[in-house]
Amino acid sequence: MSPLIEEPVEIAIVDYGMGNRRSVEKALEHVGARASIGRDHTELRAAAGLVVPGVGAFPRAMENLRALGLDELIRERVAAGTPVLGICLGMQLAFDSSSELGGAEGLGIVPGEVRALAAGELKLPHIGWNEMTILRPDSPLVDSLPQRCAFYHVHSFAAVPAAAEDVVGTAEYGEAFVTAVQRGSFYGVQFHPEKSSAAGLRLLANFARICVGATVAG
Amino acid sequence: MPKGYRGRMHFKRVIPCLDVDAGRVVKGVEFVDIRDAGDPVELAAHYDSEGADELVFLDITATHEKRDTIAKLARRTADEVFVPFTIGGGIRSVADAQAVLDAGADKVSVNSAALQRPELLGELADVFGAQCVVLAIDAKARRWPAGDPRLQRAYNHGGTPVPNGHDDAPAGAATSWEAYLAGGRTSTGRDVVAWAREAVERGAGEILLTSMDRDGTSDGYDLPLTAAVSEAVSVPVIASGGAGELEHLAEALRAGADAVLCASIFHYGRFSVAEAKSHLAAAGIPVRVIE
Repeated sequence: MSPLIEEPVEIAIVDYGMGNRRSVEKALEHVGARASIGRDHTELRAAAGLVVPGVGAFPRAMENLRALGLDELIRERVAAGTPVLGICLGMQLAFDSSSELGGAEGLGIVPGEVRALAAGELKLPHIGWNEMTILRPDSPLVDSLPQRCAFYHVHSFAAVPAAAEDVVGTAEYGEAFVTAVQRGSFYGVQFHPEKSSAAGLRLLANFARICVGATVAG
Repeated sequence: MPKGYRGRMHFKRVIPCLDVDAGRVVKGVEFVDIRDAGDPVELAAHYDSEGADELVFLDITATHEKRDTIAKLARRTADEVFVPFTIGGGIRSVADAQAVLDAGADKVSVNSAALQRPELLGELADVFGAQCVVLAIDAKARRWPAGDPRLQRAYNHGGTPVPNGHDDAPAGAATSWEAYLAGGRTSTGRDVVAWAREAVERGAGEILLTSMDRDGTSDGYDLPLTAAVSEAVSVPVIASGGAGELEHLAEALRAGADAVLCASIFHYGRFSVAEAKSHLAAAGIPVRVIE
């Protein structure tokens, strides 16, 4: 299947001052989406889908989101059925809480918590390519991905969903950790699809198609 | 976490390296699917499609517009290439690094600037995180004449310097190496293993380790050097310099490297990245293979 989507769709990348927004924007454009980066609530609400990127520490990210009113906006869009994709820290933020740097509350979209990766003697942060084991092949996020398929990870923390049915895929680094989730219209990946070559582009194209589908349905 | 999750392993990486001068690849060669082999972005996209896990650009432009040149390269690369990439060459400050990271690069590599001012590593790690900071080390085996008192001192410190040149060293022999300023003409007198350790303490998240003795020889990576630094530090080591055969890549990864950097072995079209991956997979080394 081509990584290109069949019809263009507006996807907005939520700008709260953290994460490599430009790389995400270019990867979305590459698969045929119309990507923009912004924090204006009206513009974000107008998009068919949102991407929450993120690199950095959880508590500061939540502070930034709150200061911009974006925590409420993201919750509102998920509740309205708009597809939202959290990438790396952007996925972790969707959980109830994280223990990073003394701990902080998250967006509470996906029940569960975020805690340090128990990598044993392995090096942290975990940086590199790991294969994802797909546990929910029915999730449109992983549609038509090859059975064995690696993604690029950079992280020291990992999400622990409370509900097994929210887990789309796992990977392993010292321990098995959750690397893709879906709950309602929220999708999250611990890895960086924008840096995961053809497999990552295919996953972003899947998300763009989910956005197209949501537009048609809505 | 619910029980019963299984995962798969962490892969070793194959990283093509492109030397870039004023926006052009220094040793560009023709590939059938590339229109302009001198364009670093086209070459990088070609390697991405072949299965390269990351890319490194070393910019050797020597002009005042350097910062703009490498930021432009990072921007164009981020438009077309969807694997992580590192930019090195002339990064001397947080502002230099900010320019290329904002443009879409994932990491910066520093060499001479860190040797001259080691605090730079901590400054970069504080702002961008250690995962963005690669320390490049140009290493050369110590070649003191027999009878030189420094030989005995090195022995006393546990090293085994090679008096008459590194090539005489028996395979697997421990030896000692000195860090050179980028380009390899000026020795700093710093011991490579000690410098690598210090750099990691200061904030380097990865070591790009080039053997000046092996660079350009096709004789294989300096395995004792690779092993010595990999054992000494807690961060990934990228072996560089000397790859001539695919088995050389396997040797360096077995010696402890987390990744292998390759330039001419790919640029001259002797082997493709895909062939390198197949060879490593057949040798039992976990690598990402594109299906």
